[in-house]
Amino acid sequence: MTHVHETKLPGVGTLHEFECESGERVGVIAHHGDRREVAIYDRDDPDCVSASATMTNNEARVMANLLGGTTMTEHLDDLRQEIQGLAIDWLPISPESVYAGKTIGETSLRSRTGVSIVALVRGEEPMPAPGPEQTLQADDTAVVVGTDEGINAAAKLFATGGS
Amino acid sequence: MILAASPGSAQLFIELGAVLVGLAFLGRVAARVGIPSIPLYLIAGLAVGEGGVIELLTAREFIEIGAQIGVILLLLLLGLEYTGEELTTALRDHSPSGAVDLVLNFSPGLALGIVLGWDYRAAMLLGGITYISSSGIIAKVLEDLGNTGNRETPVVLAILVTEDLVMALYLPLMAGLLIGGEFLDISLEISIAVAAVITALVLAIKFGDRISAVVFHRSDENLLLSLLGLALVVGGIAEQLQASAAVGAFLVGIALNGPAEHAARNVLIPLKDLFAALFFAFFGLQIDPANLPPALLVALGLAVVTAATKMATGWWSAKRSGISVPGRIRAGATLTARGEFSIVIAGIAVAEGIEPDLGPLAAAYVLVLAIGGPLLARAADPIARSVVARTRSRDLKRESEVRT
Repeated sequence: MTHVHETKLPGVGTLHEFECESGERVGVIAHHGDRREVAIYDRDDPDCVSASATMTNNEARVMANLLGGTTMTEHLDDLRQEIQGLAIDWLPISPESVYAGKTIGETSLRSRTGVSIVALVRGEEPMPAPGPEQTLQADDTAVVVGTDEGINAAAKLFATGGS
Repeated sequence: MILAASPGSAQLFIELGAVLVGLAFLGRVAARVGIPSIPLYLIAGLAVGEGGVIELLTAREFIEIGAQIGVILLLLLLGLEYTGEELTTALRDHSPSGAVDLVLNFSPGLALGIVLGWDYRAAMLLGGITYISSSGIIAKVLEDLGNTGNRETPVVLAILVTEDLVMALYLPLMAGLLIGGEFLDISLEISIAVAAVITALVLAIKFGDRISAVVFHRSDENLLLSLLGLALVVGGIAEQLQASAAVGAFLVGIALNGPAEHAARNVLIPLKDLFAALFFAFFGLQIDPANLPPALLVALGLAVVTAATKMATGWWSAKRSGISVPGRIRAGATLTARGEFSIVIAGIAVAEGIEPDLGPLAAAYVLVLAIGGPLLARAADPIARSVVARTRSRDLKRESEVRT
């Protein structure tokens, strides 16, 4: 397991670094704001950055994809932050939820929380744009859009159903 | 119908415009030569002040008020740089380094002031001037040299954080001492001011999220008005409590975080650039250039001594964090730059008029180290590299000797 070392840089951001099997040290600085910086440390002086590249958020995502990581969740995290007042989230429907087995219409989720279900994921199968007659089942994942508070309320309802 | 500007304002616009164009030109020169713009703004101020090349007639008053707003904005943005959590972490992990920094770098200024036979308060102000490094210049140097990711950088930044916190207590202390009066009155006043600052700091760290949520607004225009208004009001109240307006603005900056912080920085930076430039120019403007040459030699000596003490601070602190020799050299050299906050402190002395020699000395001192500090930081990398190369070749030689 690679050990990633985290350092706070006051006024700058956060530095994560680790040592590769090849012996080289690599660091990523997440600057306050959107900038990311990739740094490669000097072999002779491991305290010193010998080469670095600065990237925008988008470029960093491209880099991550090229490296083979999945950036889906991070992408959604960013969306939550980037669009003020509008959030997208994936909410699991717990078997304990009283909503499990009810149709979307019966839950009256939108009038309660202002949150809309834009898609359901059942097992591996996505169901985009479900209608009010669609039944919610335990262990479905609902993709919801709304305000932060609305989504928090919806998450509670999906977890227990109590109101 | 729009009223035509009065003849007086025509003169004001021309003077102010000429000052700004002049500053812009000097900024370009600084960028070309690769030095910070602060020293050149100081020189520009010297040129248009008393005994300068051209003396401003009408713009001086505006520049003076602009300069005071500049200090508020400088400190507000400094506070915005840090979250409460970063402050407490830096303080927890690096307070020994902060203490060494304070002792090593406050003493030379204080000692010189005493040797020169100054009032003890003037000597303490000179101590503050030699103590505090320039966060602005150092941030730029780290970025320019690509040293942000270096392992000594967290040490450097943590020292800057402790300096800023010390300043938040030092400024009210000096404000109290400068008013003077009975010993008991002064100590009571200072205790109240310091207690107010500490309370405000704790509140800012604790309730920062909630304050930020109230202040934040999606419209940049509204955010700008809210922030500037808040900083000025808190600054004014702090000034009334003898805790200095700058410290009030710093605390407002600390309290803001999250989306408010990010947006605040974007709307305030252009404003800060304008007023901070006026602040540096105004400081130069108050000083008669004729007083500068006699101060230069003393300033140079003080600069050499305090560059050495900052080097020692950086070396010791980096060593404490397990950084090897080249990193220690870089940390020390990076810390040597003095700039905006030394001028903030010197500005207090000039405004109070307690020691006529302090202004020119501080100006010359900042000129030397605002230019010399970044040059030293740039030189540190090659020096550090040659140290590495030398130790490596020595190791290799020793290895081959062992083998034969």
